[in-house]
Amino acid sequence: MTIQPAMSHGAATATISPPAVETEGLAKTYPNKVQALKGVSFIVATGTVFALLGPNGAGKSTIVKILSTLSLPSAGHARIVGRDVVREPERVRRLIGLVAQKSAVDLEATAAENLTLQGQLYGLSGAELRGRVSGLLERFNLADARKRIARTLSGGMQRKLDVAMGLIHQPQVLFLDEPTTGLDPEARADMWREIARLAREDGLTVMLTTHYLEEADHLAQHVAIIDHGQIVIEGTPDGLKGELRGDAIQVELASAVPEADLRAALSSLGAQLREITIEGRSLRARVDSGASALPAVLAALDAASIRAATATVARPSLDDVYLRHTGHTYSQDNSKGAIR
Amino acid sequence: MTAMLANSAQITTRYLRAFLRQPGYVIFTLVQPVIWLFLFGQLFKRVVEIPGFTGGSYIAFFTPGVVVMTALFSTGWSGMNYVTDMERGVMDRFLVSPVRRGALIGGELVYQAGMTLLQSLIILGLGLLAGARFQGGLLSVAVFLVSTMLLGTAFASYSNALALLLRTQNSVIGAVNFVVLPLAFLSSTFMPINLMPQWMQDIARFNPVNWAVEVGRQTLASSIDWSLVGVHLAELLALTLVCAWLSTRAFRAYQRSV
Repeated sequence: MTIQPAMSHGAATATISPPAVETEGLAKTYPNKVQALKGVSFIVATGTVFALLGPNGAGKSTIVKILSTLSLPSAGHARIVGRDVVREPERVRRLIGLVAQKSAVDLEATAAENLTLQGQLYGLSGAELRGRVSGLLERFNLADARKRIARTLSGGMQRKLDVAMGLIHQPQVLFLDEPTTGLDPEARADMWREIARLAREDGLTVMLTTHYLEEADHLAQHVAIIDHGQIVIEGTPDGLKGELRGDAIQVELASAVPEADLRAALSSLGAQLREITIEGRSLRARVDSGASALPAVLAALDAASIRAATATVARPSLDDVYLRHTGHTYSQDNSKGAIR
Repeated sequence: MTAMLANSAQITTRYLRAFLRQPGYVIFTLVQPVIWLFLFGQLFKRVVEIPGFTGGSYIAFFTPGVVVMTALFSTGWSGMNYVTDMERGVMDRFLVSPVRRGALIGGELVYQAGMTLLQSLIILGLGLLAGARFQGGLLSVAVFLVSTMLLGTAFASYSNALALLLRTQNSVIGAVNFVVLPLAFLSSTFMPINLMPQWMQDIARFNPVNWAVEVGRQTLASSIDWSLVGVHLAELLALTLVCAWLSTRAFRAYQRSV
């Protein structure tokens, strides 16, 4: 089965169509005074995959909840295909599909019953509904699970059923809130293929949130990095990486060294090293050419009697983009754990 | 309006189907009333000899009370459906869809009323086997069934409201158990009202459990006091409407807190 494109291409060229998702100064303060969002503005172009990347507690899920009419913003505006999420929630609900962070499958019902009820809630019935249920079960390789109680399905299958439910009413915009968290590598690869296909073949606009850098890099045409309720940078993955000149080098020291000593040891190399950051025993810096700079760095450390355990050179990654714009590494942020 | 009815029917079907997959659940909910009926029926057998006790055997006298208590214990668990749906994310999935909000509440209450009807019929049947004679006739039994369904719906709404506000299984169980037994003891479930201390009689007058039990006693009477039945049915209907309204308020509070 195929899913109708968001808008026929003829219509899109004839009139200026509103973007799939548009937010302006979106803010949310919870009753417990937690400021989850502090003015977030972005646009998601129709038919693209947009990734909101950030650590746990950055505000990603809050944005998705507001865009899907579950939660009200404290300030700012959000529109889905031109429809305001606060003033026209009924219209918005028919335009969007949501796959929440946690699986929302009814465990006591079969896969087909889950899909059928979901369709009925959108007013579908009869042969049309039956056709869509069968089509989606087929498409997500769940045909064998049709009559199985969802409780007996694997985590990966339940996740696919979640996505299938999000598509039953053929939405124009699909929100995927951390779609692959908790999946094993095989199920994740499977899910990535499906997500890529949704945008490519079905013309669906997909907005996904993730805390996996490689997921955003792999799937999205446009990435926005969010930290502490604010978007710190956005652009295409390649564009963001391209802004960082040269390579990243990383040296793991054999033992901890005072930061001042380390900086003193490297001072002889002058402007060759940029954006030096030191976290515990790991030293990172940007250089024009990793291959020529690394020996010099190791020599300088050696001269200061600082022993290096490992040294690596890498082309810029989204992790480096993240470090540059938030001042801390991504893994460090995520290990702090969820705030909410 | 059609969307509201269709959505409600779909939600009722969802619960009904889960129930039909585990029909043994109804046996489980009947274990307690059977124990009540036969153990208490034996234990209090000679209570009927107390001067002032009118009516036949104790077990016959007690049967309407067991029907009402079972309706309370059973519908008191109603909120568990909501807690599970909230924990599982099913509630949010529904709320993102254009489903009529009232149908999410109404469809579940219809299911609870249906379950109450089924259980009440079974217990009345057991009472019949144990020797209760429903001289009031089919009409009085029908009226009693309506009143237990009203009470059950009201109590399910109370349980749902608690679930939406407290959101944990333990707090719902606690709040339900906290209410059921005191309400039963402060009614004519176990003792005729004229044998209760005056202060208990005063409280019983405002106790919804007592309203339903008194309607139930009419099924055993040879002549039915229709004015008493009418007043209690009106009271139960009002209670049900108030509780249903409260649960919709609780639902809105939940929606706002997401």
